[in-house]
Parts: sequence; C-alpha cells; structure tokens
Amino acid sequence: MTDEESSLPDESETANSGLQESQDQDVVAIDSATSVLEADDVSDGSFNAYLKGSLTKLRSGQSGLLPILVGLTALVIFFQLKNSLFLSVGNLTNLLTQASYLVMFGFAEIWVLLLGEIDLSAGYNGAIGGAVMAVLAGTYHRYPWWLAILGGLAASTAIGALVGTIVIRLRIPSFIVSLAFLLGLQGILLKVVNFDNYQGSVSVLNGPLLDLVNGNLSRTAGWILIAGAVGIYAVLVIVSDARRRRSKSEGAPFIITLVKVFGVAASGLVLLLVCNANRGIIVPLSGIPFCVPIILGFLITWKFLLTRTRFGRNIYAIGGNAEAARRAGINLGLNRVTAFALTGLTAGAAGILYTSRLGGSSAAVDGGQLVLLAVAAAVIGGVSLFGGRGKMIHALVGGMIIAIIYNGMGLIGLDAATQDIVIGLVLLAAVSVEAVSRRGSTVRA
Amino acid sequence: MEGGVESASKDVDQPLLSLRGISKNFGAVEALREVDLDVSAGEVTAIIGDNGAGKSTLIKTVSGILTPSEGQIFWCGERVALKTPREADELGISTVYQDLALCDNLDIVANMFLGHESLRYRLLDENAMEAAAKVTLNSLAVTTVRSVRSLVVSLSGGQRQSVAVARAVMRDAKLVILDEPTAALGVTQTAQVLSLIRRLADRGIAVLVISHNLNDVFTVADRLAVMHLGRMVHVGPISEFTPQTAVEIITTGTFVGAKANSTRSQPSNAGDRQ
Ligand SMILES: Nc1ncnc2c1ncn2[C@@H]1O[C@H](COP(=O)(O)OP(=O)(O)OP(=O)(O)O)[C@@H](O)[C@H]1O
Ligand SMILES: [Mg+2]
Repeated sequence: MTDEESSLPDESETANSGLQESQDQDVVAIDSATSVLEADDVSDGSFNAYLKGSLTKLRSGQSGLLPILVGLTALVIFFQLKNSLFLSVGNLTNLLTQASYLVMFGFAEIWVLLLGEIDLSAGYNGAIGGAVMAVLAGTYHRYPWWLAILGGLAASTAIGALVGTIVIRLRIPSFIVSLAFLLGLQGILLKVVNFDNYQGSVSVLNGPLLDLVNGNLSRTAGWILIAGAVGIYAVLVIVSDARRRRSKSEGAPFIITLVKVFGVAASGLVLLLVCNANRGIIVPLSGIPFCVPIILGFLITWKFLLTRTRFGRNIYAIGGNAEAARRAGINLGLNRVTAFALTGLTAGAAGILYTSRLGGSSAAVDGGQLVLLAVAAAVIGGVSLFGGRGKMIHALVGGMIIAIIYNGMGLIGLDAATQDIVIGLVLLAAVSVEAVSRRGSTVRA
Repeated sequence: MEGGVESASKDVDQPLLSLRGISKNFGAVEALREVDLDVSAGEVTAIIGDNGAGKSTLIKTVSGILTPSEGQIFWCGERVALKTPREADELGISTVYQDLALCDNLDIVANMFLGHESLRYRLLDENAMEAAAKVTLNSLAVTTVRSVRSLVVSLSGGQRQSVAVARAVMRDAKLVILDEPTAALGVTQTAQVLSLIRRLADRGIAVLVISHNLNDVFTVADRLAVMHLGRMVHVGPISEFTPQTAVEIITTGTFVGAKANSTRSQPSNAGDRQ
C-alpha cells in the first residue's frame, strides 16, 4: 500500500503536470495520498498498471464476464469429453439457433432489469408477437414477410408500453402488473391462434419468415458479413481509442484495445469457419444461420443505446438511485415507459425467432417458461436483479450457457427432469458466485 | 459596523430569492411554518438549527423536490412555481443534498454530469466530460480519488461528499445550495470547500449553506438564518451573532441577544420588498 502511494505520484507527474501544478501547495503537505487522482492504475496507460487495476476490480467484486466465461469453457470441455459430437459443426450451428431466441428474450428482459423492475409478461408478449406475425403472413391475409414482422413487433411493443404505463401511472410494483399480464396474455395468445378459423395453431409457410432462424447466409455472404463487421468494429474502436488518448482521458492501454480487436476477429473467424463447413448429412448444407446477424444487430444497437446515449445513461441512473435521478432532472416516467416498450419490442423479436424456429405458433407455447429462462439468461450472465448493473452482452453469454446445458445434456442422454434440475442449480451457482464476490467488496447495504 | 452591513444589503435592489410564508406539512407533521427568507447574490447565507428544525425541507422546496403546502417563492422579484428539479435547475439553482443523491453504480464523471451530459453529435461526449470533471475536482483539491472513472460505490464518505459538491459548483449556477457540505469531510477538504464557498460568493453567486458546525458558519457566512421547530426565528448579518448567542437561539428558539432591535427590523424589511 505504501509502496503504491510513493511510486504512483512519479508516474503521474509527466502526464498531468499541468493539473498537478494548479493544486494548492499547503494542501499537498497535509494529505498523505495527494496527487493520486491522476495516477490511477488505468490512467497512465501502461500494461502493468492496467493489469493491477483489473485485479483490484476483480477483488472488489466487479469481476465482469471472467467467471462466467470460465464456467462456459468448463461446460464445453465436459460435454465434449462425454460426447464427441458436441463440438461437431452440425451441433454447434444447431446450438446457435437454439440459443437465438433465449438470448433475444434475455436482451428484452435486461431493459427492465436495469431499472430494478421485472417484466414477467415478456414471454407471452413475445409469443403474441410471433403469433400475430404468423396470422398476418398466413393463408387468410398473405401480408409480405416484412409487414408481418412489423405487425408482430408493433403488437409486442404496444403491450410492453402498456405494462410500463400501468406500473408508472398506478405505482404498482412491476412484478404484480406483469404477473397479471402473464395470466391475461395467455388468453390473448389463445384468441390470436384461433383467429381466422385457425384451430389453435398457425403454421408459418412464408419462406423468408421460416428462414429467420432456419435459413443460412451463403458462404460468400458470411465472409462479407464477418469481414465487414470486424472491420467496422476495429476502425471504430481504434479511432475512439485515439481520440481518448488525445484528450488524455482514462482507459485501457492501446495493447488491450488491440487484444480486443484480435479477439473479436478471431471469434468471427471461428464462427465463420464452423458455419461455412459442410454440416449436411445427405445434401450439402453450410452457412451462417440468419439469426446470427439478427442477434448481433440487436446486441450492437441496444449496447449503443445503453452506453452512448443520454437515454441509456438515464436508465442506469434510475436503476442505481431513482431519487437521485429525479433530483438530477431526469424524467423518470418517460424513461421507464420507454424501457418497458423496448422490452416489449425485443420480446416481440424473440417471439418471432421462436415462432420461426418452430415453424408456427400455437396455444401450447409456454410463455411462463420462456420469461423465466430470459431472466435466468440475464442473471447467469451477470445482470443484477436490483437494477443499475448489467450489459447486453450478459444475456448473450447467459443465453448461450443455458442453450449449451440443454443441448449437451440432451446429447449425453439425460432426461428432461434432470435437465431442469441442472439449469436450476446453475442459476443458483451463478448468483452465488456473484453474491459471494460482492460480499468482499465495498458495496453498501 | 453593523449599520453598514444593513444599509449595504438595502442598496442591493432585490434579493435573488425570496421565500414568503412557506409552510410544508407531511401529513400531520408540520415541517415548515410560514418561513420567510431572502437570499442575495454575492452573499453566503447560512441556515442553522437543531436536528429536525426543517432546514433540509426548506431547501428542498427551493430546489423543486418538495412543493410547499403554502407560501410563495420569488426569483429576481418574480413569482415562480418550482414544481420539478428541472425547473429549479433552469433558473440556475444547483443543490448538494444532505444524502448526496449520487448513483452508486455510476462512475464519478457520470455522476457529476447526471442530467446534464455533454453531447457530441447527440451522443455522450465522455472525453469532454472527463476533462471538465478533472478540472473541477482539482480546483477542490480532491486528490485522494484513485480515478475519476471509479464507481461512486467504491468511494469513502468524504470523497462522495466532494463529488456531490463538485457536481453542484461545476455548472454556472446563480444560486448554490449546500446541505451540510462538510459533514463528512476531513480538515483539508473542509477548508477547500469553505474557501470555494467564499469564492463563489465573491464571484457574485448566491450561496445558501446549511451547517451544524458553527466554526464553519462563522468562518464563511455573511448572514445567518436560524430555524427552530419549523419556524424561521431570526435572520440577520453574522455580526449580530456570537457563537454563544447562536447556540442559545438554536436551542431555545428565541433571540435574547442585546441587539433585539434588529430582530424586529427584519419582518418590516421583508414587508417593504413585497
Ligand atoms: N418526507 C417526509 N415525511 C414526513 N416527515 C418528514 C419528511 N421529511 C422531513 N420530515 C419531518 O420534517 C421535519 C424537518 O425535517 P428536516 O429534514 O427538514 O430537518 P433538518 O433541519 O434538515 O434536520 P437535520 O439537521 O437533522 O438534517 C422533521 O420533523 C422530519 O421528521
Ligand atoms: Mg437536514
């Protein structure tokens, strides 16, 4: 500790001498820890200092994605040892489509979880979005695929906004309001799938709509997608890193930025190679499933909204301390309703993926199970149920983990009962890791 | 000496903020009863009073958090209704609350700019905000913070208070309200905050400060306003008081000093201005 204090001021001197000079000299003598402000581990840009800072964060409970990624790797190794088919290209691609709607439902739930709220109706809301899409594109209406999708999304967004409005206007806890909607929407779903002489189930016959999850990009399109995405990511990250450096703002050293870019490029390449390999058994089959760019599109857009806009900042502030946000002049009601509407919109997208995957919608869709898995995906990934903490990427990781466990256990022949018990235990384990690491930190009660 | 201060305050055409007959009830609890107060630009007005006297409640009616049950608020002589924090903010009122009102889950920079983020192409301009935050924190000699990107949850009580003070003074306000701004601060930071309060007033900003520390009050205040059980019992220039009389009036709620004349002159002043 004393080593640190005595060495840090030297490091900071060159970078921030201007600011240091402006300080009152009398003051400097009194305070032993003076001039550490600019000397933070991450601010001086050296790799060692960055590592030290990350370690401190880790110890104080801000562990980020690390433990969960370790868990994910362990799962992959375990299932691969049990059944060598697990890492086959066919199964991996299948896994992506299995995870797609879980991840999307997770994205949906994050908007309200960040506020410290919950939307239990998101599962049935999404199912209704999918059903509306199926009806609009079905034999009686034959809307074009994109119009059917817009119709489904609009229905889900409106329902989400309604849930939010009731929560805000009547000041009833979102748990209760959305529980009421969970029950009520189940009935509405039944009405929708019995619309137009449908007998409780609506098939999706429209090609593009089935392709949302079940179709694949051509190999060339896959290359263009991955190269384009990685290229744009690299340019954006490096440019913003350079701007940050120029304005002497704090942040990770350049080497970390490079590592991130290479990491993203490598993951993209692996994804591409796996999906572009032939996985057909009788006829050749290859290409990145359509759901992958859809998921990435939502991930990037929602992350952008959350981290780069005033709206996103407001959401975190309200989740962290609603009264402080109110006193800072933030319009709580408008921001909350918008978040609920975004939950509805994203749930609609998830429900559409789910409907596409099943090839239709029916009264048998279990929206309760879907929403609980959505919350589980977000929480396993690291989103806090108390609001204010979490990122979109957490739902991606959490949803993948759930999909991997179901998929892997199916492969090694465990029955459904065992699968559910294991998922429950994993959720418990994930929250416990989080809680225990928190306990060692400085978080106030 | 004392007469000089009185006449000087009369020369100032109009107080920046005038409260007239402010009452506030919380159900059966009468937190404020017909409170009058004038706050002038370039002056430090200190509110003192025992726990539960109604000091925080009073400033919350000014910062738009609580709506008074009765009474009027005048800003530059014009009647205003401060229904939301945003409205108070737009008039140029910025406040450090007793509970600090920080978001634990956000970093220092985000907290300092909460509700007023700098934008560039309509997106958050983190670099500009970080640079401005550093300048303000340095001017307050807040040097013990490891990084302006630390989450507020990881700060000590004093550091949190420093951040809250820095946030209130960072933007150009006409009236800065500080509710016990030095309660959790060490010797150095307290001195810095007091000198900052002085500098704000010297720049022509009106400062309204609540403090239980009479040393601080007598160091920095130009005028004293004493509250007792929801009533404003006495307002006057600091020269009317000694620490002893101040303690007496805080505890008993009556001003028994030798300068009782000026006590009576206060309400008539207020009457002139209306
Ligand atoms: N939200 C509220 N609901 C009910 N009563 C309240 C509320 N806020 C304040 N009060 C009451 O109003 C009175 C004045 O409280 P206030 O917080 O203004 O006191 P204070 O002078 O700031 O005291 P302190 O020096 O302890 O901060 C107290 O009796 C308190 O119990
Ligand atoms: Mg108070």
